This record gives sequence, structure tokens and C-alpha cells, in this order.
Amino acid sequence: MTTDIIISVRDLEKHFDEGKLKALRGVTADIKRGEVVVVIGPSGSGKSTFLRCLNLLETPTKGTVTVEGVNITDPKVNINKHREKMGMVFQHFNLFPHMTILRNMTLAPMKLLKKKKADAEEKAMALLKRVGLADRANAYPSQLSGGQKQRIAIVRALCMEPQVMLFDEPTSALDPEMVGEVLDVMKQLAMEGMTMVVVTHEMGFAREVADRVIFMDEGHIIEEGTPDEIFDHPQQPRTQDFLRKVL
Amino acid sequence: MNAAVESISIFEQWWQNIQPGIQANTLNFWENLYKEIYMNVIQGDRWLQYLRGLGVTLEVSFFSILVGLLLGTILAILRLPQVQNISGKGRGFLPTLGAVIVRGLSKFAGFYINIMRGTPLLLQVLIINFGIFGTVRMDKVIIGVIACGLNSAAYVAEIVRGGIMSVEKGQTEAGRSLGLSGIRTMIYIILPQAAKSALPAMCNEFISLIKETSILSYIALTELTKAGDYIRSRTYSAFTPYIVSGLLYLIVVLTLTWLIGKLERRLRNSDH
Repeated sequence: MTTDIIISVRDLEKHFDEGKLKALRGVTADIKRGEVVVVIGPSGSGKSTFLRCLNLLETPTKGTVTVEGVNITDPKVNINKHREKMGMVFQHFNLFPHMTILRNMTLAPMKLLKKKKADAEEKAMALLKRVGLADRANAYPSQLSGGQKQRIAIVRALCMEPQVMLFDEPTSALDPEMVGEVLDVMKQLAMEGMTMVVVTHEMGFAREVADRVIFMDEGHIIEEGTPDEIFDHPQQPRTQDFLRKVL
Repeated sequence: MNAAVESISIFEQWWQNIQPGIQANTLNFWENLYKEIYMNVIQGDRWLQYLRGLGVTLEVSFFSILVGLLLGTILAILRLPQVQNISGKGRGFLPTLGAVIVRGLSKFAGFYINIMRGTPLLLQVLIINFGIFGTVRMDKVIIGVIACGLNSAAYVAEIVRGGIMSVEKGQTEAGRSLGLSGIRTMIYIILPQAAKSALPAMCNEFISLIKETSILSYIALTELTKAGDYIRSRTYSAFTPYIVSGLLYLIVVLTLTWLIGKLERRLRNSDH
């Protein structure tokens, strides 16, 4: 694993409702290329907000997010260009219901990477085969199960050939028996060396796949380290308290 | 002798047959009905006048709907909260001057919708005809399209805005996270879904618009209502010409309702 830093976050703050709610209160973190970072923490700890600030779905109130050397919080930066390189997977899948699976996957590559339809479809079909859903290419999202939808959402993001993948609680809206199939795709992706930032409640996944685990609470990073350090030898009382409740 | 001429001669024949009854004022119900139809539809090829009126009504309606849809969609987008409160910084896709202009346009859109919905269409038609184009020679059809289109846009704007707001926020986020610009996300992802949920209300608006074009008879545009009225002024039949016009409106509206119903069912196939 190389050690160059792909995302660098400095003193990030995010306030909602004119400062009444402080979701992030000064977060500093670096994500290395090829690293799998899992962010855990109780509800309302700011972990999703942190993730959504990385591709500016939330505009930070203070602080900077630097991606591949460019400060994307600078208004002059074309954020769309940066988002092309940062895939995102949402809790509620957010597939486009009025398009077939194939069209869901080829829309952005055709519009943004100027790919020809045939090329975009070839890439999409290859990815669909990898996640075992090639036969659903012409189905609509409404005809798929939750697990299938989320696998499609992952490969839809991969169609843009991103440098980083952001996962916002990708298994939280799934029936328990469908969690595994989604986590398997994510594990495979991690093994291929994809840089991943994952917000999740799946502690098993964190322990198995993460290079680094970040524990957040009340808008701060409380503790970070390898899965062993965090899960087996947590130093902070709040981390210990949280892990006691979820494990 | 061809069939058309022969059939006309049959109508003429019947007309001749009831002449004595008309003189003596002894027509029964069916003879009287035939007399009305003959005078108001057949005589002097008057049915052609209804059809010409119908043509004008359809022409004005079609282009008004087009103007209303286009302008209404733009107004709706300008009225969205994220456009209204655009900061012009922090997202980096609009320079500050652009943001100021967009905010100005957004304010104007709200003002426009209030004025257009708050005053009678007839008044708007009269102002546009006699006020704005009072000294200019202008085709009445164009004046009608402008007046009805501008009016309909205000209603369409609110329908489209409702449709857009019914689309989940996650759809926008998914589009933007792929790198699509706000405008492209709107065009490819939000508007198609908004159109689906707005379709029933939109159908209502189109129906209203088609019937409201009858107001244009006030500025001497010979559309379907005026055509009927004109025939009444020639035949002095108080009911028949209006009923013929009314039936033609009904046929148009029912056809439109049927078509939109079909479209709705087709769109529902991809429902979630």
C-alpha cells in the first residue's frame, strides 16, 4: 500500500439551522490511497455528515477538504469534476426509478466521460456480471430486491471509474438476509485496492476489512486506529461504552 | 352522380318535405329537430364553420400549452428553494453576479405567478389585445397564444413545482454525487419523475386551458365558441349552434383525457 494522501480534511465544522446544531466540531483526518477507512459511532455523532462533506453534498461551515491536492471547499473549484472521481453509495440506494438498470449505470459515463453508448454499456455489463446481476440489465429498480438495488448502486458508481468510494450506511436499510451480499461486493472492492470510506454499523465488516477505524461522537473524532486497537483495546471511555453496547 | 352530391340532395329532399309543416307550424319533435340541424349545420355548409372554429381552438390550445409548459417549467425551477437561496459561493458553479441575477429572476417569478393567477384571464386577454398590441396589426391567433400561454404558465409553474418537490432529495444527491451538474440532474433525473407525479394535475390544466380559449371570442377570434355564436346570429337558433360547439369541445377534452390516461398507465409500469 502506498502512503500518498488522497483526501485531507482539516478542522472541518458543519453547523445546521444557523449554528443551533453543530454536527461537526472540528474534524481532522487523512485518507491514504488504497486505504479502507470505516467510520463508526452512535446516531447523531456526525459520521454521515463527515462523509457527505468529503464530496461536498454538505457544504462545510468551516475548515477544508483537500482531494488530490485541490481544496474542493474553494468556491472556484468545479466540484462536479471532483465528484466524478468520488463514487457514493447511499443508505436508500437512490437508483433512478424511471430508468432501466443499464441506463442508471450508463447515464453519467455517457454525459460526463463522453463515452459512446456501446462502450458505456459494455463496461456496465462487465460490472453487472461481476456482481451477478447481468440478467437484470433491462429491469427497472422497482423490480429488484433491496440487496440487488444496493449492489447496482455500487456498480453504478464504479462505472465512473472513481478514485475513492464513499459508503453512507450501505446496509442499514436492508433486510438482514441481504446484508451479506452487499458486504461481499464491498469486500471484493477493498481487496482490489479501492480507496474506501465507509460509514456503517456493521462491526464485523469493520473488523475484517478496515485498515483503520475512526470512532466519532458529538462531532469529534474520539479515537482512531487499526481494528484491533479500536475493538480489542479501546483507550477512550466513550469508545469503550459504545462498543459495549453494540458488540 | 357521386355519393356526396346524392347525400346532400337527400338532406335537401327532407328539408323540402317539412316545408309545409314549417309554414303551418305543425312540426313534430323529430321534424323540428331536423329543421334545427338543417339550418344550423347543413345549410350553407355551416358545419365547415364549426370545423374551422375547432381548428382555431386546437391551434391556439396546442401552442398555448407549449408556451405554458416551457415558461411554467422555467418559472417552477426559479421558485425552488435551492434556486431562491442560491449563494453563488460555496458550490462554485455560479459566479456571484449570476447568483444575483438568478435571485432577481426568482423574485420576479413569484411576482409573475401572483399577478397571473390573481387577475381574470379575460382582463389579461383584453390588455394584451387592446393595450400591448392595440396599435400593431397582429394575427389574433398569436395574440390568443400569448395571452393563454402566459396565463397557463403561472398555473403550470405551481404544478411542476409540486411535482419537483415530490421527488425524493436522494435522487438529486445521487445525480450530483455522480458528477452531474445541477441542471443536468434536473433534466435527466428530477423532471422526468416530476412529470409523472404532476401528470393528473397537468391534465386538468390542459383541459381548463382548452375551454378557456373560448374567452378569445371577446377579441373577435373566430374559434369554436365564436363560430357557434356567429351561426346563432344568422339562424336565430338559441340552442343548437352552442350545443354543436359544446359537443366538439367535449370530443376534444375526452380524447385528451383518454390519451393522458394511456400515458399515465404506461409510466406507471416503472413505478417503485
